[in-house]
Order: sequence, then structure tokens, then C-alpha cells
Amino acid sequence: MSFVEYGDTIKDGDTAIVFLGHESMFPVKVQHGTVTQTKYGVIRHSTDLIGKKYGSKVTCSKGGWVFILHPTPELWTMNLPHRTQILYSTDISIITMMLELKPGSIVCESGTGSGSLSHALIRTVAPTGHLYTVEFHQQRAEKAREEFKEHGVEHLVTVTNQDVCKNGFGVSNVADAVFLDIPSPWEAIGHAKSALKAEGGRICSFSPCIEQVQRTCLAMEEYGFTEINTLEILLRVYNVRTISLQIPDLGKAAGDNSSTGSDSSNPSHQGSPCANLQQGAVQFKSGVPLREVVGHTGYLTFATKS
Amino acid sequence: AMEDGLMQGSRIREGDCAVLKRDDVFKAVPVLRRRKIIFEKQWFYLDNAIGHSYGTTFEVTSGGNLQPKQEVEETTTETKEAGTDNRNIVDDGKSQKLTHDDIKALKDKGIKGQEIVQQLIENSTTFRDKTEFAQDKYIKKKKKKYEAVITIVKPSTRILSTMYYAREPGKINHLRYDTLAQMLTLGNIRAGNKMIVMETCAGLLLGAVMERMGGYGSIIQMYPGGGPIRAATSCFGFPKHFFDHLHEFPLSKVDSLLSGTFSTETLPSEPEDNTLVEEESNGLTDEKQTFLQETEEEPTTEAAMEISQTEEQETMDINAERVECKENKEKESKENVREKQRKQWERRKKLMEAAALLGEKNADGLIVASKFHPTPLLLALLEFVAPSRPFVVYCQYKEPLLDCYTKLRERGGVINLKLSETWLRNYQVLPDRSHPKLTMSGGGGYLLSGITVVLDKGKSDSSNSEALRMEEPSSKRCKVQDLHC
Repeated sequence: MSFVEYGDTIKDGDTAIVFLGHESMFPVKVQHGTVTQTKYGVIRHSTDLIGKKYGSKVTCSKGGWVFILHPTPELWTMNLPHRTQILYSTDISIITMMLELKPGSIVCESGTGSGSLSHALIRTVAPTGHLYTVEFHQQRAEKAREEFKEHGVEHLVTVTNQDVCKNGFGVSNVADAVFLDIPSPWEAIGHAKSALKAEGGRICSFSPCIEQVQRTCLAMEEYGFTEINTLEILLRVYNVRTISLQIPDLGKAAGDNSSTGSDSSNPSHQGSPCANLQQGAVQFKSGVPLREVVGHTGYLTFATKS
Repeated sequence: AMEDGLMQGSRIREGDCAVLKRDDVFKAVPVLRRRKIIFEKQWFYLDNAIGHSYGTTFEVTSGGNLQPKQEVEETTTETKEAGTDNRNIVDDGKSQKLTHDDIKALKDKGIKGQEIVQQLIENSTTFRDKTEFAQDKYIKKKKKKYEAVITIVKPSTRILSTMYYAREPGKINHLRYDTLAQMLTLGNIRAGNKMIVMETCAGLLLGAVMERMGGYGSIIQMYPGGGPIRAATSCFGFPKHFFDHLHEFPLSKVDSLLSGTFSTETLPSEPEDNTLVEEESNGLTDEKQTFLQETEEEPTTEAAMEISQTEEQETMDINAERVECKENKEKESKENVREKQRKQWERRKKLMEAAALLGEKNADGLIVASKFHPTPLLLALLEFVAPSRPFVVYCQYKEPLLDCYTKLRERGGVINLKLSETWLRNYQVLPDRSHPKLTMSGGGGYLLSGITVVLDKGKSDSSNSEALRMEEPSSKRCKVQDLHC
């Protein structure tokens, strides 16, 4: 296993995802002789995991079972230990596409944070690209390095512990794309420009507040970036449910329902396959929005150096 | 190959696929000499663009020549006079002293757009009374109309998916670019994968997957009808080797492959240039069907017209080639028969390869975006996917995905099912004038995604209900779910 290559069977040293049920999972480092506790009982790595196929159902000591999944950047994002606020897959996906990343791309990123985006970037630019990521917090930089090594991707990434606003990315004229997720991105636009290749490239800055965006846009214009574009992407998740709505009793004589006019939601209306009239109720499948959703993560500002 | 790629990246070369850009409007064109291009009411030739780097902005000069645009200092009105509000501005329709004929005369004289804009400003009696912001807006609007500039950019998923969504959403089932971006991420598309792609999005999704795989790994494209449609794929201008491990397999053979009765002998024997014919006729039926299905389809826009014009042009070229082909045929009919057999044999061999790849049932993912109902596609094609791999299915409508979700739950072998949609909002960011853009897209389609797991067939019934309980957020919902309708 590695984060940039699928493997079929679970091996000693792998990072695997233990899937317990509805959105409930956690990462585990597979090691001979180790046990992992779950609410369904104990998983013994040597016998329950190593040598098994990824995607297998594993029965725990109390008789309950879990699935063991191959790691991906998306599963890692949902399960990683937070050291900072992180970017989630919805934002990550539009960042990746709008920065035009692909195998072979050279990317600069700051800050590294908890490495949520970093893993996704590495996945996309592998096997011939490289990520230069800059984190001014020493412990976070260290921790990120450790994780990259554990996940078998350390050859694709360089972590530098410095202040990107003062010292830049540590490289110049190499990058196809730059990503900024720092409190004052406008202070790093000049460094971003010199990190990008002479022939040009793309930049993205993530900021939660519009005031940050305004300063960043001004800085981008000042440094000659073009195609400056700010957008926001929001995820809507739907629960799939079978809903049953009661038919009100309007006091009509039985069998008179069909003649009540043009209402197409009328239960006796032909051709709506799911509408079974059953004890005065109509059933249908619905995608129901969650009661509370993320309404704002941050603004994404993209631009081109040409 | 890498160096080749880099060189390709910087300069516009003859034969390239390029994208023309004016403001937010894109158009993909092949770079050919002496070929007239019509884009945004302007016509020109690309000859002079060859050799310049991608990203260069050109001015269209008389005679349709392109000339790199010089960065000019903004000709700001000397005395920066501006009003504070519009209380005294009356719309009497007489504020512009230049008549239509005057403006036309200026244009006919070949006067630069920049100068026309300047004249319009000078001849506007209300310009000085407008607020600074209103002046800005006025200039921007006039510039857009009179300054004939275009930028030539390199094609990418970002540009082509934006272009298709704006110009021909019907051809890509209204798959909005942010939804496409989600698909690539949710599907963990990357170098080295063995992917199954089923799409009727003109080959845009295939192109996006190919870009993310960078020529590493393999792709099996499932296609309906006589052959895969790859009009959008060809706009990417991928290097040849990207196609070495691109396979195709007809959807109509999936059942036989799954039941073990598949054989290439049952293939309908088709004439060799059939792929082309099929592609075109497919395109046509596609359009007709869309019109039938959706009577409220947007009226044909000028943009769409432009595209169909180029397509006509291209079709004509193809026809010409075919005529040549036919002439040759008559002359060398013997060789033709041999050629026919060779092509037939090659087709069969390619098909066998694709069948063998699918038969291994170890694909690293499945990605679907088509005009068909997703349920049968998913139920069949998931058989070819290895456990612990992601799959994503797109549908323009939510309801078929509700059905698909239910059927997948009944089947088992999948977890972490998620039905989702993304909203995209663009912003105007200007000093003291920042706000969300006036319009946003109403619909970019829906996604159903999940992860495959080992399907234990022995006790599928009990495990299914367990799986149900496992993923349902609350027990109340379980009860409702059990009432199948």
C-alpha cells in the first residue's frame, strides 16, 4: 500500500482505514503483534489484518464486524489527526482542477497544516511531479514529514520549515502551481510569482474572510496576475429516505378522488410509479437535505501568471 | 517525452489544439494555416499566432491578422471628473452625440477599438456626471464591444469543461465543471490506475480522466452504439502514447461477458470506416433525443452557431478524405479486401484485450456520467471493480440516483454511499464593490459515490439488512426504509 498506488492485500506497516459504519471510521497503522480496540471488540493485526484483502469484512472479538479499507487522500482527509483547520475534499477537488494539476506538475503549498490538501496534491502529481510545502510551525512541519514517510510518499514531497511571507517557498522558477492557505496571503504573492515557472502557471489562495480576499486580489493585480477569479463551492449531501405522507380526509365520497382536477400529485394519478395509495398515505423516495450543513469554508481566488 | 511536453507547453505550434478566449468565452480550435476562424463576431486567421507562447493576447487587425497586444497605459481621462450620485442624470437617449452611422464609419476606417472607446467617452454628455464606479463600468462595457482582442490558451480540463458547460451543456448532460472536479477527486483518479469509464459526455469526462492519469495505467471506456464518441477528448491534444492503454468495450457485450458467453465471433461485421459514420449519426440522434426529452432547451445561441460552423467545416474535411478513400478503393480493390480483413482482425484483437482486462475484475474504480439510467450500469459494471475502490456516478437528475442508491443497498458490496451536489458561486471582487455575481448556475447535476467491499455471497440476505442498519443514521429511518415501495 501507498497513498499513490493501490495494493491488494494488507501488509505490515500499512496505514489502513477501519470502517465501522455510517461515517464512522478511523485510521490504523498495521503492525505485527498489535491489537486495535473497536466498539465491536478487538482486532488482532497479525491474524485479522495482515495478508487479508483490502475491502474485507473483519470480525472482531465480540462478534461484530468492520471493513478494512485501502487508504486514499479522501479517506485520510476524513480521518486524519487535526493539528489545524483542514481543507475538505469539496474544496480540494476544485482547487486541483482549477490549478490544472496532473502527473508531473510541480506545486508549491503553504501552510502544510495537517497535510489534508498535501496528500491530495501528492496523489495527483505522482509519479513524476513534486510538492514543495512550507510550514512555519516547527512541530507541524516535523509531524507532516513523519506522515509522508509512513504513507510511502516522502520522495514526492519536500517540507520546509520557514515563514513563506518572509522567505518564500525555497524554490524559484520551478512551479506550475502555487496554493496559499495562510492568514495574510497578500504578503506571499510576490514569493508565489517567483516560485512559478517563467513561462507561467496558476495560483490559488484560500481565505475565509472577504477582506482577506480583497487584499489578495489587489496584490495579485499588482504583481501582474491575470484571470483573477474568486469563487466559493458548497457541498449539499442528501439522505435517501422513503417518505410517507398521509392523504387528508376532505370528506369526499369514496372513489371520487380521481375527478378532483389537474393536481398531478394526486395519489391516484397514473404514471407516478412510487405513489402507492396505501391506507390513505402516499410513499415516495426523497433525497432529504441534512438539517445543518457547512455554509461557508472559504473563498478560493484563482489567477494566472502568463 | 517530458521535454517534448515542456516545449509543447510554451509555444503555439501548427496542428495544435488551442482554445481561444475572450473574457469568459472559450472556443476550441485546431491551429491551421490559412483557415478562417469566426469567434465572438470577429473573424481572423491563426497564422501569425504560431510560434508565440500560450497565454499571449492578440489584437485582431484589418484583414484578420493577429498581432500580439502591447501593454498600453490606461488612457485615463485627464481630468478625473466624476459625479457623486445620479440624481441629475436623465435618460433622454441623447447623451451619446455619435450616431450609429458615425460609429460604423469609424469602424470601417479601421480605427482601433481603443480609439473608438475614447471617442465614445468624449462624446458622452453624461460621462463626467457619472460616479467613478459607473464610469469604470461604462468603459469596461464599451471596451468589451469595440476592442477586438483574443487570448490563445492551452487546453486543459479546467478550460474545456468550463467551455462545454457554457456553450454546449446538452452535449455533456449538464455536467458542471465543479461537479466534474468532484468526480475526479471522489474517484481517486491518478497515474497508474486501471479505470472503467462510461460516459456520454462527448469524451470530456474521458479526457479529464486521461489528463489526471498522465498516460500511466489503463482506461477501459464502455460505449453504447457503434463506437465511443471522443470529440471533446481530441480537444485536449494529448500526446500519442496516452492512447496506448486506452481500451474500449461495447456496452451491448457486457451481459455476455458477465455470463461467460462472450465471444468476438458474434460481433456484427461492420465496414471499416464505420466508426466515423457511427460517430456522426450518433451525434445527430443525440441531439434529436435531447430535443425530444427536453422541450425547454435553450434557444440556439450565437455561440452554439459558431461551434456548429466549425463542425460543419471539419465534417467537410472528413468527407473529402472519405471521397479520396473511395477513389482509391476502386483502383486497388484487392488490397482493400486485405486491408478490410486486417482492420477487422485488429478490431477483434483490441476487443479481446479489453474483454480480458475487464474479466480480471480488478479495476481500480468506476466512473459513470451518461444520459442512461444509472442503476443497470452500476449493477453490471461494479462487477468488474476490485474491493476497496471508489466509484462515482453522475446524473443530471436526482431521482434516478435515489433508485440507484436503493438498488445498490439491496445488492450489497458497497459502503459509504453518498448522494451529493455542489453549488458554485462566483464573486466580483473590486475595491468597495465586492459581492456575489448576479447569476449562478441553477443545476450542475448530482453524484452518487461509494466504496466497493468484498461481497460475501453466501449470506447476502442477512448481511444486507446488517449493512442497512450499519449505515442508517437512526433506527427510525430503518423502519421507514424497510417499507419498500
